[in-house]
Amino acid sequence: MNQHERRIWSAAKNRRELISAGLSSRRDLAKLGLLTAAGFLVPKDGLSARSPKDHGTGGGQPVSAPTRSFIEPLPIMPVKQPVASLNPAPTVNPNTGAGEGRTRAHQALTLFPPRKLYQVTQQPAQISLSPDLPLQSMWSFDGMVPGPTYVARYGEPILVRNVNNLPNNNGGFGNNSVTTHLHNNHTPSESDGFPCDFFQSGQFYDQHYPCALAGFTDPQFQATQGDPREALSTLWYHDHRVDFTSQNVYKGLAGFFLLFNNQDTGDETTGFRLPSGQFDVPLVFNDKLFDQNGQLFFDLFNTDGILGDKFLVNGKIQPFFQVHPRRYRFRLLSGGPSRWYQFFLTDPTNLSKTIPFWQISNDGNLLPKPIQVTSTELAIAERMDVIVDFSQFTPGTSVFLENRLEQTDGRGPTGNVLAAGQGTSVLRFDIVLPPVADNSKDPATIAKFYDLPPVTPNQARVTRTFQFERGNGMWQINGQFMDCNTSRFQVQQNTSEVWILQNSSGGWMHPIHIHFEEHQIVSRNGQPPQLFERSRKDVVELHHNDQVMLFFRFRDFLGRHPMHCHNLVHEDHSMMLRWDIAPTGDTNPNP
Amino acid sequence: MKRRSLLTVLGMSPFSAGMMAREVPDPQREAIRARYFPDVVLHTHEGKKVRLYRDLIQDKIVMINFMYAHCDGVCPGITANLVKVQRLLGDRVGRDIFMYSLSLKPEQDTPKVLKEYAQMHGVRRGWTFLTGHPKDVELLRRKLGARNLDPVLDADTSQHTGIIRYGNEPMRWWAACAGLSRPSWIVESVSWVDWPQNRVKPG
Repeated sequence: MNQHERRIWSAAKNRRELISAGLSSRRDLAKLGLLTAAGFLVPKDGLSARSPKDHGTGGGQPVSAPTRSFIEPLPIMPVKQPVASLNPAPTVNPNTGAGEGRTRAHQALTLFPPRKLYQVTQQPAQISLSPDLPLQSMWSFDGMVPGPTYVARYGEPILVRNVNNLPNNNGGFGNNSVTTHLHNNHTPSESDGFPCDFFQSGQFYDQHYPCALAGFTDPQFQATQGDPREALSTLWYHDHRVDFTSQNVYKGLAGFFLLFNNQDTGDETTGFRLPSGQFDVPLVFNDKLFDQNGQLFFDLFNTDGILGDKFLVNGKIQPFFQVHPRRYRFRLLSGGPSRWYQFFLTDPTNLSKTIPFWQISNDGNLLPKPIQVTSTELAIAERMDVIVDFSQFTPGTSVFLENRLEQTDGRGPTGNVLAAGQGTSVLRFDIVLPPVADNSKDPATIAKFYDLPPVTPNQARVTRTFQFERGNGMWQINGQFMDCNTSRFQVQQNTSEVWILQNSSGGWMHPIHIHFEEHQIVSRNGQPPQLFERSRKDVVELHHNDQVMLFFRFRDFLGRHPMHCHNLVHEDHSMMLRWDIAPTGDTNPNP
Repeated sequence: MKRRSLLTVLGMSPFSAGMMAREVPDPQREAIRARYFPDVVLHTHEGKKVRLYRDLIQDKIVMINFMYAHCDGVCPGITANLVKVQRLLGDRVGRDIFMYSLSLKPEQDTPKVLKEYAQMHGVRRGWTFLTGHPKDVELLRRKLGARNLDPVLDADTSQHTGIIRYGNEPMRWWAACAGLSRPSWIVESVSWVDWPQNRVKPG
């Protein structure tokens, strides 16, 4: 059998498996565009025996073995449970003698004494991503991928002790010194997971999360202990080890962190009355590749961005989710390493049907009010909370969550939005569970979440401009490269700044993440941002030749933070810089 | 950070070639070798014939960059950086850390030309300039991830990658840094793939 024959054979086998599993009828597959008239799977990402792409690497990318879709239920990550005490007890100064890898004192441990203590262990684990693949040797928090979900509340400071039990043997990729970033809480630098604050196997690291609103030191927000308009909702945590983040996150080190308050309460009978409990579902999307043995493949020498041909939701390849005919809140997260998504709801029996839903957040921060949309786009690390009402569908039917954004390499999406059924259905919703009470509020009747904090660029202490470029294959910001020991500029604590981000890298797109306080987009290419971007954000999409003006406040804490591209592969190849919040700032306009 | 200074004084590789030869091949090492390190024949600036994997990569901590002798773009800056890196790393270079600069213009860069280039820059033992058959060099350029997705830029040798790949072959730790980073940062980066017993704990 030559290579071409093998491909055909494998496509046929793939198709046979799909159909014999009774997952989708031949007709349904054809309707979804997955089968050609000849009955072969269409060569496209996700379900295919597509031909190996050689992006000039010589070896080409491996093509993952066939896996059946929609045969396993969507995993729901368990809620992380606190412990009664930690031994040794947390200390303000690093407890180096006891094996703590932290190097700087906690800024606010005594100001916000932890009400809950957690201990989480980074450890190897054998993980099933699909019944059609062997167990995977991954790195996990507490033995699970994705890691457990933290549920926290404003006004309830917590402390998480990370214990690093990762082995030197990385199984082919990964670095077992780690640092966990909580993306994007209002966290003091020493607990934020700065890329160079990594600690070694055998050590621990205490991260203190005040769970306090930005602006708590501002006298005008004394009564509310911070600006209530700065409340955050959907956060995630992930490894941020400098130069190795893409490897370590691909290997499994990520999870959700949800933050509630007295309005986004986690109880759908109170506050904003958003779907809650089992109807509030985090969804992390990843794409991965597998080698000929069915083991996770990571392209170590790729500097462009890594795309997979298998699509995972909450750590399973194309799962299904059985739902009641009522409203659900889904917290969508693009977990990388390099793929952008644009999600639509697709009715497989009527591909021309447009199914609207409600977007209620951008980057996990509630919008001023819900927006009705027919799709939502996520660059890497962006979070979009949406509300889908399944009572509109006929009981017993299914709808797909379909990514229709075309992307063929690490440069970013092509700009082409594929026709319904031609994208990749990553998750199938089966409306098969009985009707139940829905105490959540119809988003159409929600007049307001939080007002946006004022944007006052004319009061900014300084305007800084950053060019995101590629030169001689090296990613750079303002012509310079990541260096943890060089602080590129100092922001003066409790002041505001304007940053202008320019994409000067030719055909590349970059989702830029700035740690610490959320920003707002003042303008995108001179125009006011679109409705869904009128939000507090921590990732800004830089499309081709974009120039985006951002407004920031930097309040309450001191210390070092990064700004970086969140295409994890670009980030690991120097597209990052360190900046600091200091008592006195500089006014460097091009740092 | 204290990590970088320690690299200059720390010790030996636990993986002598003799030890490794007796071990059962590790499948992940083997996979990395098969994918990225074709065992092509190259010529050193000292006129020696070497095999890429067996002689240059296997059992070693390595740094690999691309250059050519008459490059007036990024090469001078990167070579100047690497001269400093070699001095900062001291006698570990040539012992268990090896530096390689692979010519992208093998027709022009004969061993003699590369030797002159090395001498001109004060290159010391343990840093080897390499040339070879153009077909092999092109294969390595692709295998080592030095190509550009944009075909115009890819065809323009002056736009070649300025990245330094660094890695520890037996430990399967691989990453990259920019060749125009500060030399101290390059040294610190390489320290992250140092032998486990040499890894410096913070604090």
